[in-house]
Amino acid sequence: MEKPIQEEKRVFMTGNEVVAWGALAAQADIMYGYPITPQNEIMHYWTRLAPKYGKSFLQTEDELSAGFATIGGVLAGKRSFSATAGPGNTLFQEPISMAEMMRIPMVVAIQQRGGPSTATVIYSQQEVNMTTYGGNGEGLRIVYSTATHQELFDYTIKAFNNAWKYRFPAFILGDGYQAKMREPLIMYNPEEKGIEMVKPDVSLGKEGVPGKDRDPVYLRNAYSMEEELFEVLMPMIEEYNKVSPEIEEHFSLGCEDADLIIVSHGIVSRAAMAAEEELRKEGIKVGLFRPITLRPFPEGAIREICKSTPNILIVESANGQLARLVKEALFGLPINMQAIFKPGVGITSEEIIKFIKSKKTEEIIAK
Amino acid sequence: MSTTVMPNSWNINTKPHKFCPGCGHGHVLRALGEAIDDIDIQDRTVFGCDIGCSLLAWDFFNIDSIQTHHGRTTPVMVGIVRANPSLIGIAYMGDGGGYAIGAQHLVNSANRNDKILVVLVNNTNYGMTGGQMAPTTLPGQVTETTPYGRDALETGAPTQGPELVAAITGENAYVARGTVSNLRQLKKYFKKALENVQEGNGFSFVEVLATCPTNWRTNAKDTWKFLEENMASYFKVGEYKVPPTKREG
Repeated sequence: MEKPIQEEKRVFMTGNEVVAWGALAAQADIMYGYPITPQNEIMHYWTRLAPKYGKSFLQTEDELSAGFATIGGVLAGKRSFSATAGPGNTLFQEPISMAEMMRIPMVVAIQQRGGPSTATVIYSQQEVNMTTYGGNGEGLRIVYSTATHQELFDYTIKAFNNAWKYRFPAFILGDGYQAKMREPLIMYNPEEKGIEMVKPDVSLGKEGVPGKDRDPVYLRNAYSMEEELFEVLMPMIEEYNKVSPEIEEHFSLGCEDADLIIVSHGIVSRAAMAAEEELRKEGIKVGLFRPITLRPFPEGAIREICKSTPNILIVESANGQLARLVKEALFGLPINMQAIFKPGVGITSEEIIKFIKSKKTEEIIAK
Repeated sequence: MSTTVMPNSWNINTKPHKFCPGCGHGHVLRALGEAIDDIDIQDRTVFGCDIGCSLLAWDFFNIDSIQTHHGRTTPVMVGIVRANPSLIGIAYMGDGGGYAIGAQHLVNSANRNDKILVVLVNNTNYGMTGGQMAPTTLPGQVTETTPYGRDALETGAPTQGPELVAAITGENAYVARGTVSNLRQLKKYFKKALENVQEGNGFSFVEVLATCPTNWRTNAKDTWKFLEENMASYFKVGEYKVPPTKREG
């Protein structure tokens, strides 16, 4: 069968279409989905592309089913994924917590919308808490917060690879703006670029008769005793902590000599980057730190930067969900923190520039 | 049916099993194990069990098995067989898992004609959590959450599962209600149900009436009486839907 993407191709498309193509490029086998805005077109494009390349799709009865069926697909040894948003992400926390406990490499694209509750279908950054630490667990997950369509493509491929490599559930955390707007990017076949695709393996339904040719596989997430759970959980947590430095990613700009560092993630970091460039032109020394992985959080990198520049401005379309991760990462350092929190609302570079030039940061930048 | 030899598909190393004395699960799993042996599908079967007492079957068979969440065994098995249609998925659950918290999965999987077997053990209560009212609790029956007896006007009448599933499935589905008081018949139902899945024909659903002396607080005699008289008079045993390929005579 023909490969979906043969050679590098420059395209102009919406973010949802990019995720569908990214999943194809990552050799995903099956998507289980349930309609919710603003992620619907990921399913729409997948269902149009899938039969051409021998891929499958199932529309489930709800997000619980989509999540648990995605787990089933992984157990059968297939690269399986889903996509959701907002209240759907809330329901997804149940299967995701099972995936965490059982080391099931499920992949989910999340296009954040407003919250709490039904709220808006447009845009937000309010699913950071839930995507990083939701469910009744310890947040043993990989969360990529993308800022451009190129990154949606790149990190969809990476999400599959790192989910299967490290066996933690992995997420592409986008938002309604990224989902719906069009932007140019270059699509490619990862193997042509020297990216080795991590092969999926079969958990249930292996070759041979269980009990005769081999032992049966027993997978569970329920334990009788406190100590029994502890013995299962602690090596998982230790392994997560051990591999975290390999997974952590961030982007920084102009932090070396900065008086003030803007910390933002996802699409807001593009406004922050534009503000940084604009202010630099005026001689105001501003830097930008952008965590790409929200989980594991690039703690070492941000601590290093903030040791020399203690003044930070956190900018996010939520009421401090990124700020909570940043504060945890910077615990113990003497930090002067300011913030622009606009839950569920987009943020422009002009707003950031205006804030930085206002009285609030006057002393810092006049230093 | 032999009473001394374990089915080949059972894992002898995990016996005696973990269920309470007098529990119906062991009988259900014996009939299921013998049906799996008879049609020789041990190497192709994947077994999923729910939360509740059914989770105690997580290491019961010489079959690849997974214990899932409460009510979520159906979608996990659906996900497995959609990704690998050569496998035969069995979703094993209780009445709470199938008719309450996982009812939407049962209804929609049945409606989609997913090629899986759902086995639902009906013992009229939530056993693992200490004997609360289930969707199948009989009118007047005393449980921890109906201490004065179930008032059907207040909490509804017992769910008629096979009747519901038969009403919403296509003609290729197999739907039956068996009982642990007739294991020969139950095994026959399981065989037909598994063959229906094996042949890629359709969704199969078998509810089994089972005993729970621990939570019913009954002795041996009263346990059997409750099963054969109280339950069987409300829940009619028999085949509710038999696909054309499986009809006899």
